[in-house]
This record gives sequence, structure tokens and C-alpha cells, in this order.
Amino acid sequence: MSSTFDTIANIIAETCDIPRDSITPESHAINDLGIDSLDFLDIAFAIDKAFGIKLPLEQWTQEVNDGKATTDQYFVLKNLSARIDELVAAKGA
Amino acid sequence: MRLEYFQLIDRIVDLRLADRKIDTEATVPTTSTVFEGHFPGFPLMPGVLLIETMAQTSGWLVVAVNRFERMAFLAAVKDAKFRMFVRPGQKLSVKAALIHEGSGYAITQANIALDGKSICDATLTLRVLDFPNGEMKLRMREAAARVGFPAEVPADG
Repeated sequence: MSSTFDTIANIIAETCDIPRDSITPESHAINDLGIDSLDFLDIAFAIDKAFGIKLPLEQWTQEVNDGKATTDQYFVLKNLSARIDELVAAKGA
Repeated sequence: MRLEYFQLIDRIVDLRLADRKIDTEATVPTTSTVFEGHFPGFPLMPGVLLIETMAQTSGWLVVAVNRFERMAFLAAVKDAKFRMFVRPGQKLSVKAALIHEGSGYAITQANIALDGKSICDATLTLRVLDFPNGEMKLRMREAAARVGFPAEVPADG
């Protein structure tokens, strides 16, 4: 699995005191790991710092609320990793 | 400060948008019903109100960065430390620095000094949201005028 996943899994384990072994690429941050929106801000802050990006949480939330996206697209960790990779690539473009 | 009204900032002393920093000042009142309970015979500025003082200072900074289009709401307090007693009548210097602007949230590092000595500090998380309604925005504009928030928020740089 990509290093992006490992990085965010480590961030989640440390930030939310979740056993690292229980965090997999298929884990849904909210539904499976029980991370609430406030805790996710800590994770977002750590991700933003680690990757030098700004996770577009408001845009994602709006898309979910509007029915244009599912939470799986952003909060299943393999998908979150892919989104982060896209943001990093866009930053370097 | 008017503790009972949660008006904890007296004045914005300096607002440096390019640096993402703000300085405010706040003088603890000599009398307040708060001191009747905190504590009888030994009035002290409550630590929770010192946190609120740092939060309001941080809030004005975040509001300024967002050109008064969005409001800041305290969401989390980390590593808060209170290093000495704060007594009625003391004049506090408050500083906040925006250390991260996320999507819908901001992180600030804030501290309070008394006579040049740091007495209190914390890392604060604020949610940054649209004003819930027009009345709140209007009232916040009034509060902004009271503390000397610049009528025209200075441009970056």
C-alpha cells in the first residue's frame, strides 16, 4: 500500500488513539473508526501539515450534502489517500 | 472587560494580516459578580475566562482574515496553561497567531502576558463558518467597532 496510506493511518492512530493494526485501506474513517467531525479536524490539520496541502473539507461536505458524492469517496482511507495524492500532484503541477 | 457580557477584549492594539497576528488588550474589572464566587475573599480571574479572552482575540484575527464574511467559533482548546493568578484591575496583553488556515477551521496559538511576563497560553481550534444570520453579523460589526476593529480590513502584505 502506498506511503500516503501509511502516513494517514499513523496520523489517525496517534491523533485518535486507535490501534494502528485496526486501520486498513478499507476502513471508513467515520463509520468504521468512529472518528467524529471534531477529531477529524485534528487529522486534517496533521494531513495538511504532512503533505503541504489543504484538504477541501468544506467542498467535500457540500458535495455529500448535495448528494453529488458519498462519504465513501472521501473517508474510506484508500480513497482519501488517492484524493491526497491528487492534491499533492496538483500542487506540484 | 465586562465579564457578565462576555466582552473580554477592550481594544485591538495591532492587527497584522500579512503576518497573521493580532494584539489586543483587556483590563480585568475591579468589581464583578463573577468574583463573588471565584473566589469569596480572594477574587481571581477564572481560567476559563482567560481561555475565552484568547479565543476572542483569535476570533477577531480569523474574522479579519476572512474579511468579515465568516465567523469563528471555538471548537477545541489544547495545552492550556495558567502560570499565575490574575487579579482584579490587572491589564492584560493578549496575542494570537494564526498557525494554520484549514478548510472550515483555523488553528491559533495564543497567549496572555502581564507586565511583559507570559502568564497563560493555549493552542485553539476554531471552526470558520458563514454567519448564521444577518443579525449576528450586524451585532458582531457593532462589537468590532467597540474594540477598534478596522473599518476597512487592511490588505495583505
